[in-house]
Amino acid sequence: MKNVSIKLAMGAALALGLAALSGAAVAQEKLKVGFIYVGPVGDFGWSYQHDQGRQAILKALGDKVETTYLESVPENDSERSIEQLARTGHKLIFTTSFGFMEPTLKVAKKFPNVKFEHATGYKRADNVATYSGRFHEGRYVIGQIAGKMTKTNTIGYVAAFPIPEVVAGINAFLLGAQSVNPGVKIKIVWANTWFDPGKEADAAKALLAQGADIISQHTDSAAPLQEAEKAGKLGFGQASDMSRFAPKAQLTAIVDDWSGYYVERTKAVLDGTWKSTDTWDGLDKKKVTMAPFMNMPDDVKAMAEKTTADIASGKLNPFACPIMDQSGKPAECKGGAALSDAQILGMNWYVKGVDDKLPQ
Amino acid sequence: MSPAILELVLVTVVASSIPLVIAALGELVTERAGVLNLGVEGMMIMGAALGFAAAYTTGSTIVGALAGVAAGIAMAALFGLLTVALAINQVAAGLALTIFGVGLSGLLGAGFVGLKRDGAPQLNIPGLSDLPFAGKLIFGHDAFVYLAFALVASVAYWLTRTRSGLAMRAIGDNHESAHALGLPVRRTRFLAVLFGGACAGLAGAYLSLAYTPFWAPGMTAGRGWIALALVVFASWRPWRVVLGALLFGGATVLQLHAQAASLGLPGQLLSAAPYLATIVSLMALSIGVRRNGAAPAALGQAFIPPR
Repeated sequence: MKNVSIKLAMGAALALGLAALSGAAVAQEKLKVGFIYVGPVGDFGWSYQHDQGRQAILKALGDKVETTYLESVPENDSERSIEQLARTGHKLIFTTSFGFMEPTLKVAKKFPNVKFEHATGYKRADNVATYSGRFHEGRYVIGQIAGKMTKTNTIGYVAAFPIPEVVAGINAFLLGAQSVNPGVKIKIVWANTWFDPGKEADAAKALLAQGADIISQHTDSAAPLQEAEKAGKLGFGQASDMSRFAPKAQLTAIVDDWSGYYVERTKAVLDGTWKSTDTWDGLDKKKVTMAPFMNMPDDVKAMAEKTTADIASGKLNPFACPIMDQSGKPAECKGGAALSDAQILGMNWYVKGVDDKLPQ
Repeated sequence: MSPAILELVLVTVVASSIPLVIAALGELVTERAGVLNLGVEGMMIMGAALGFAAAYTTGSTIVGALAGVAAGIAMAALFGLLTVALAINQVAAGLALTIFGVGLSGLLGAGFVGLKRDGAPQLNIPGLSDLPFAGKLIFGHDAFVYLAFALVASVAYWLTRTRSGLAMRAIGDNHESAHALGLPVRRTRFLAVLFGGACAGLAGAYLSLAYTPFWAPGMTAGRGWIALALVVFASWRPWRVVLGALLFGGATVLQLHAQAASLGLPGQLLSAAPYLATIVSLMALSIGVRRNGAAPAALGQAFIPPR
């Protein structure tokens, strides 16, 4: 599927090309960049944000690049879609879900001249790079906001699955909340689904019934936030700005922004400097950004802005040691003054103060 | 658990079982006529998409609900055309209907993703709805809930107490004999399929209009399949469908509350509880039913009238 913007971009490029016909490098063929999305572009969440990144490439390099995307590609049947892009002359292909890992590697083996970028995976090859975002940095910021804003000292957390990314998110959130409010409590409900609006809403209802006055979520629909709005309580958006669903309840949202990385990597292919790397950055490179801070007093807003800036500048590390585990024992610090990336990526334990038993 | 929380839990249980009740009731009628429609999920999600689209465009929840019903009927008509009129394999056609519905709803609903509207209003009778404990539970729901229970009562009465209900069951049990008696087998089956579609569409509209008032692709999240299973475990009886749906919804909501209350039970086991509880209790009920007595005897068989 090609979309209209390609044609528009091509049209614009053609006009530019004619204008600059006297230039030397006009004959150079455009780089074709392909994208595989796991969801629909219109999910206003994960895939939507990746598509924003694709559009950023067109905006920045539209005269040298054309893009194609395939949306709603099922993870277990993605190999032929990836191969289709590789066969049709795409020299750089982004596969944007964890489940695309093996298919990407398989296709990459067949097309050594094509560069692949796989999001959130951990397996690389000479022509397969990986990248992800340090979303837990954003969780630390919203944890602080929640710690300041809660009146009942009880925060509800709707979580999807007990995988390291979600566990690290819970830990960073609670560490943020404890840093401003030592007495704060967090209640966790595992929905055991990434996306089921009905069940996510019920989970939020249960947390509200148990006295939570702020709902945080690590599931994909806007339902928990909407429940918070309905109950006159507060909450946070997930993956993209969800304030349209809850103008009175959303305090902020952790927004994934892939634009910078996508433009940078496309440039690297154009310059011939592309290498297989593993990139994991966050607030510093603006891969993780915060939606506007709202529905909060100015002092909380100022604190949130300062924390965001401090994490971005490296002054503050959400997982700075010492960190106590649930039993109160300090965790081993493999990253010097803080937990190492490997420790965060494989996190399967709670920090002190989490009132939940981690499902194993 | 304080009475206030218990009341809230029960209200949520009822609300979360309603889509299952409505969709399963429709499928029950379809299956009692001898047609197995595995496309419930597809019809349901079309109801959710078009229901929301219509309600958002017109600003009326009632128009939205009717559009959801119409979407379900349109999908069911397609299925009826294939299976009843053309006698195509019902299992294959039903699966195709689900895949078709999930895809088409994503396409048609694309322009309505990320939009918000207020949920269906809840009944509020001054005095009665404020009664302690039972007030909200009996008098505090939205119209869909009361409609669902009225539907169950009507279908239960119609299936067992009316001539046309008995005729439809006869068709579902033995279409050749029914045909020989002069009963309109294919017409009845087609209507039963349409009723199933209408119910599935309404159940979908309930999700996008009342339960979580927004549209998102895939938002039915497998409820159509659970409705299908409920019909079997309820041995094709309307009130048992309600019981099964309440049990399933109840166990789902209770396990979420158990987690929120930090009872310290493992979450994944709790997540499996709804399925276990529903299957075990409905199976226990079915033991009393005669063997082969529960399922419509001609279920899933195509009828081609002898020339």
